[in-house]
Amino acid sequence: MWIAIVVAAAGCYALKLAGLSLPQRVLAHPVVERVADLVPVALLAALVAVQVWSQGSSLTVDARTAGLGFAVVALLLRAPFLVVVVGAAATAALLRLAV
Amino acid sequence: MSPPARARPLPRQERRTIVGESLAVGVATGAYGISFGAVGVAAGLSVLQTCALSLLVFTGASQFALVGVVAAGGVPLSGAMTAVLLGTRNTLYGLRMAPLLAFRGWRRVAAAHVLLDESTAMAINRGSTAAARLGFLTTGVAVFVLWNVATLGGALVGTTLGDPRAFGLDAAVGAAFLALLWPRLSDRRHRLVAVVAAGVALGLVPLTAAGVPVLAAGGVALLAGALDRTGAPD
Repeated sequence: MWIAIVVAAAGCYALKLAGLSLPQRVLAHPVVERVADLVPVALLAALVAVQVWSQGSSLTVDARTAGLGFAVVALLLRAPFLVVVVGAAATAALLRLAV
Repeated sequence: MSPPARARPLPRQERRTIVGESLAVGVATGAYGISFGAVGVAAGLSVLQTCALSLLVFTGASQFALVGVVAAGGVPLSGAMTAVLLGTRNTLYGLRMAPLLAFRGWRRVAAAHVLLDESTAMAINRGSTAAARLGFLTTGVAVFVLWNVATLGGALVGTTLGDPRAFGLDAAVGAAFLALLWPRLSDRRHRLVAVVAAGVALGLVPLTAAGVPVLAAGGVALLAGALDRTGAPD
């Protein structure tokens, strides 16, 4: 685990420093700009899906889906981050308590 | 940090406005470090490891990604790779910010650590280098301090909770990722990539080791970026 923490820390810092240090023309390359724009979208969407609908190596629908449903409604209502996250947890917890 | 002699000092009113806005963003962002702390220990990390992530990695989406992959049963290194891939957007912010901030030498090395979604957002539309630096550093340092204090608090509370599922903490992680993704979904191309990436990841869950589906979904972004000829939105 510690190795992973050090790798993530070194990698993330290097990427930040590179941004402040690289020549501006890197950004001018359209493929670089498009990929950099799309990578966070793809990864975050995949993380949502895997976090909510997988259990080990199988796909499941459980109380986490209800939590995600709460999050969608809260985000549509422009609720702050903490309300979205805590509300989703509470929704899943209450559902598990009820069934 | 004092501005260089060549920069004109900011009017007091503008200074006050920038500091006020930056601190408000810092407090709001720092507060959700509580959820990261709780989620970190729920994923099986120690309090020390959870705090080390906030101190050293210090970019929220990457930290959530690492503990998310570990919580799903992935090997820590595939979590770290996902975290680093998500960190690439900070490079993009840096490229945008570099001419505006104009930091050199050790100042640049230090400033890089607080290069975040929030510090970029609070600096990018300022009219001068002095104003941009003030917004960037005030936001960055405020988020850093509060995020780390909140992480410690959340982690300590998390260790006393018992079974994290009973409190829905596993559902909190998915909601956190969705909240981070949400502002990017206003673009139609982004929505398409998000749906395809989620589908690819879910399709791979039964077939591959945990952690691989998310990394493979990053390939969707590479493909879409390389094949799409219509140009990126500004």
